[in-house]
Amino acid sequence: MKKSVYNGLYLVVAILLVLPFVLPNSFYLDLVIRMAINAMIVLGLNLLIGFAGQISLGHAGFLGIGAYASAVLPTHFGWHPLAAMVAGAVATGMLAALVARPIFKLKGNYLAMATLGLGIIINITLRNEAQWTGGPDGMPVPAMGLFGFELSNDKQWYWVVAILLSITVWASLNLIDSPFGRALRALHGSEVASQVVGVDIVRYKVAIFVLSAVFASLMGSVTAHYVGFVSPNFADFFHSIELVTMVVIGGMASVYGSLVGAVLLTALPQALATFEGWETVVFGAILMLSMIFLPKGLVPTLAAKFGKGE
Amino acid sequence: MSMLQVNDLSIHFGGVKAVQNVNFTIDAGIVYSVIGPNGAGKTTLFNLITGVYKPTTGDIHLDGEAIGGKSPNELATRGVARTFQNLQICMNMSAIENVMVGAHLRLDRNLFKAALRFPALKKRDAELRGEAGELMRFVGLGQYVEARADAMSYGALKRLEIARALAMKPRLIFLDEPAAGLNPKETIEVDQLVRKIADSGVTVVLVEHDMKMVMNLSDRILVLNYGKKLAEGTGEEIRRNPDVIAAYLGAHA
Repeated sequence: MKKSVYNGLYLVVAILLVLPFVLPNSFYLDLVIRMAINAMIVLGLNLLIGFAGQISLGHAGFLGIGAYASAVLPTHFGWHPLAAMVAGAVATGMLAALVARPIFKLKGNYLAMATLGLGIIINITLRNEAQWTGGPDGMPVPAMGLFGFELSNDKQWYWVVAILLSITVWASLNLIDSPFGRALRALHGSEVASQVVGVDIVRYKVAIFVLSAVFASLMGSVTAHYVGFVSPNFADFFHSIELVTMVVIGGMASVYGSLVGAVLLTALPQALATFEGWETVVFGAILMLSMIFLPKGLVPTLAAKFGKGE
Repeated sequence: MSMLQVNDLSIHFGGVKAVQNVNFTIDAGIVYSVIGPNGAGKTTLFNLITGVYKPTTGDIHLDGEAIGGKSPNELATRGVARTFQNLQICMNMSAIENVMVGAHLRLDRNLFKAALRFPALKKRDAELRGEAGELMRFVGLGQYVEARADAMSYGALKRLEIARALAMKPRLIFLDEPAAGLNPKETIEVDQLVRKIADSGVTVVLVEHDMKMVMNLSDRILVLNYGKKLAEGTGEEIRRNPDVIAAYLGAHA
């Protein structure tokens, strides 16, 4: 944990710089962009689950709020996409804080249940308010314009997403190795010990939950603009579970694990497409096996094996 | 001058009166020990004073300010530190990070400055790492500065708890059985460590079963039995107190 903290980041940046020149076609470019966006969502979620030890089963709901804010506000009300994105993030933050405060005052992990319910409520709302959201069919999302410059092709999107991902990795590494990050990890390790050294655990849990939710909302907006279309499936329970699975497979409390988990689970459905109809079964089997043989997740297990510690 | 005043303190868990109408005062700068048989309410008393439990009745004053029922993190801001009988170490962190968490209140905890790696924060953190290493050497854990917490022995973790508590720069420290489960050599080292802590000006409140250590260190001793105060006084007074002899020390003491 000295100079080596950023080594992984340099590797990530190097890969991101080289990738667009070695990818054979736009199919792969699209795949990499979706991997990178998922990696950012999973990084935000891992701060909550892996580092602070609080489980959210409704993160796709927060993605959904961001995505639909970016779809509905510009389409129906003529908002600028950036303003819509910020509005979605602010609404998500307020909702997350509203839910988190009473829950974290209870002893025990009730967040999982509460976020499960919240995610379902958000999803049903998106499905039912068809005059605004297009209901189960979803709706198109207008293009993202940045300072008079419109993000239209995948090459441009790639560089935007690559820069955002590099910044997110950098900021996550910084956060974890700071007084704030240590307080988060400490309350995960021992709540009573962190309290007696002065950590206000309710405040910290609320803070990281809100941060993680707001970040998911922002990434929901980014995804919506990139794909150009949103549907309620994006905000459903199965997507929430998929995100948690990325955290667990990659490695809890591991920044690079988040990246690996997101990359693998974004690619896996594509790789399994040849199994025609059985891909979900194979997907499930792979998850089970990795939980049995790599319970700590890929990156922490491999790091321990090759003696690099953290 | 008395630093801590406890008046008529009680806590009931259902029908169990774990601590009943206990009174005592602790002067600044002394070593004050709480002894008694298992289940006498010693740890419960610590939990009450450090805010982990809320008293059923009675009040606690720290430097004249009522602190009964305040949360542990509020008490931490008033310079109260403690260690735990059953270890409370964060096994997901390295040894030195456990100590650094102890300095939580002395640092800038801003989330955004941390994420954006403000140089002032980073510099303070590097200094703190040095301080934490010093503290680990102070408690005799010099060889564990680079260690992971989950790779350390029980005896070493007991001291790590003390180092974390000292990182708060407390005025008052509660040590809950610091020598429990240690071998005789380690016990002597902890005895010397508690003496060093007291000599540095920190008021020490000690729960301990090792009578030699208690008698050696304590300025005053409180004896609890079945949640009630049995006796209070200097080591010599406690040793001669017939109630204490009958209830706890046994005739040979």
